Amino acid sequence: MMEFVWLIPALPLLGFLILSLFNKYIPKSASGYIASAMLLGSFLIVLNLLFSAISGQLIEQPPVVLFHWVHAGNLNLSLSFQIDNLSVWFMSIITGVGFLIHVYSISYMHDDEGVTRYFSYLNLFIFSMLLLVMGSNYVVMFMGWEGVGLCSYLLIGFWFKNQNYNDAAKKAFIMNRIGDLGFLLGMLLIYNQFGTLEYREVFDQASKIINPNEVSTIITVITLLLFVGAMGKSAQIPLYTWLPDAMAGPTPVSALIHAATMVTAGIYMIARSNVLYSMAPCTLDVIYIIGTGTAILAALIGLTQTDIKKVLAYSTVSQLGFMFMAIGLGGYSAGVFHVTTHAFFKALLFLGAGSVIHAMGGEQDIRKMGGLMKKLPITFITFIIATLAIAGIPPLAGFFSKDAILALAFEANPIKWGLGVFAALLTTFYMFRMLYLTFFGEFRGTQHQKEHLHESPLLMTIPLMILAALTVFSGFIEVPHVLGGHNWFSHYLAAANIALPEASHLSNSTEYLLMGTALALVVSVIFITYFLYVSKKTQPASSESEMSFLDKLSYNKFYVDELYDFVIVKPLGFLSDFNSNIIEKHFIDRIVNVSGKSIQWSGKTIRYIQSGDVNTYAIFMVIGIVVILFLNLVL
Amino acid sequence: MSEYLVLCLILFSLGAFGVLYRRNILVMFMSIELMLNAVNLLMVYFSALHNDQSGQVFVFFIMAVAAAEITIGLAILVMIFRHLGSINIDSLKNLKW
Repeated sequence: MMEFVWLIPALPLLGFLILSLFNKYIPKSASGYIASAMLLGSFLIVLNLLFSAISGQLIEQPPVVLFHWVHAGNLNLSLSFQIDNLSVWFMSIITGVGFLIHVYSISYMHDDEGVTRYFSYLNLFIFSMLLLVMGSNYVVMFMGWEGVGLCSYLLIGFWFKNQNYNDAAKKAFIMNRIGDLGFLLGMLLIYNQFGTLEYREVFDQASKIINPNEVSTIITVITLLLFVGAMGKSAQIPLYTWLPDAMAGPTPVSALIHAATMVTAGIYMIARSNVLYSMAPCTLDVIYIIGTGTAILAALIGLTQTDIKKVLAYSTVSQLGFMFMAIGLGGYSAGVFHVTTHAFFKALLFLGAGSVIHAMGGEQDIRKMGGLMKKLPITFITFIIATLAIAGIPPLAGFFSKDAILALAFEANPIKWGLGVFAALLTTFYMFRMLYLTFFGEFRGTQHQKEHLHESPLLMTIPLMILAALTVFSGFIEVPHVLGGHNWFSHYLAAANIALPEASHLSNSTEYLLMGTALALVVSVIFITYFLYVSKKTQPASSESEMSFLDKLSYNKFYVDELYDFVIVKPLGFLSDFNSNIIEKHFIDRIVNVSGKSIQWSGKTIRYIQSGDVNTYAIFMVIGIVVILFLNLVL
Repeated sequence: MSEYLVLCLILFSLGAFGVLYRRNILVMFMSIELMLNAVNLLMVYFSALHNDQSGQVFVFFIMAVAAAEITIGLAILVMIFRHLGSINIDSLKNLKW
């Protein structure tokens, strides 16, 4: 099996090369099928690996070395893949969800003129993402890390004729760059400390060198720097503002890159380096605080957004916060589990939103939707499954993953549990608000849109149905002990050196009580939203002047963008202006001009020596020789 | 034996001053030859002094090269005369700022 591993990233790369090099010769309708076929190939190989992983054949598997890459001094780098339970799990999500989204895109993008370009970027993204999770050292991960950043930039700015979209793409790229710098510094520090970048060697040495009972500063710094990278890529405070803007890209891109896969790269990185993180409790505290803060802040913003994709974007930021919350509490497997379920239901939500937008002819404002239930039945049913899942209604996937995190939180501290439940309630509120405004009540769009409403074609609805099935069933891989399960997924990941969470100290009755309380609160929030938006038919205010102060605060995203603009962008702009108008013009330009002028002037003066008189030249020559000989004699 | 050195010095200085003071290109050439031959004489003298033949061999080389050089020089001279109708060096003053 291992000899075919290189094919997994190679197939999407091949697809990218074919589509980008022969862009002009490939018919537009064929490009989507080529890209999907490449991905299907990878997916089948990954599926094979997944089965061997599940049956436990990949434990202690040495890295698959493709070739030795860099030999310089003490640095030995190879392009090699770490095939273990963790990476295979992520590979399955990436290729599986990726394939569904490719298929969906064939129909969604069919009349776009840049469809071949679109699919080539999409394949390149899958390639980079696979590189990120498959690499067996930090450098290969970093290559993938940069690659997905590039593809994210390219796809956000896919409709590059719109300047706002270009700005959004640039914003995403620059914010990621800040994080990437942290990642790079962390990587260099690891090399400096351990002399290698291979995961295995680093973790082995770390557990040998460092006394586990004492807090090591260097490990704390390394993990914090790596976490800065994760903040950028996974959109955490303070670097989260790029993700909502990234919704400028086509909707399947938002589903694939900005919900299911790329933004979870930070979680993967931390889960992969969990040996280091477990040695740095301070870092874990920081991660917990940032994760919780992000989960609540993004959810608060999500409450009042009116763009269907923006609501989902803030929901993604908030759910990513949940994952970091889990990791901050030491629950790496709970974090990865939430990544999995989130990948399914969030991709489903985005694709459903895409189906709605498709039916509405490009309209994204939920104030202009309503009553779509009857016109888009499949979309509606899958959408409501995903919404119930994200709210955490059993037995859907979101219930199990959220419950795992909340149980961890309660064990740490009941206040932490309260914060988690609060964020979950906010999530429920904005998700059901969006669901009711979109699918219930009366249609509020134009007459023209009303006639145009239709269910999406099969190529779009089949991926929706498959994702809905996964949303329903994927939770059962990690049924907790209290509900009669045996935490299969945690044990699966434990084979990839992911530390198992400590056995729960909570008694069964406490756990039932916690689950029951959270569930009761969620259900009551669902009814409150139903009462507000369906029975009372509340509409979001159509203009800002009608909003209350708190509404306005949330609608304007707590003015964080404005704050960044004021604190960072404006001073930088001022500095650039100053440099360009004062320093450049009056100092640098002047030095250049003066040196040019002085040479001109001296040339003008000295050229009169060139008299054209041979005798004068001869005299100069003789004088010169005499002087040289004289100097030779004297010195 | 330093008379030879003095003779060479006188010959060389005559040549150098000739180049500097005379205006006739032909005479300037002759002055240059004078300088060359002063050096040749010096070579032969030193060769005899040190009992080393290579100095004299070198003189032959210098004479051959001087002959070649003077051929070209005279050819240029003829061209100048045809062009300007004069072999006065002062008539060649166009090449300046």
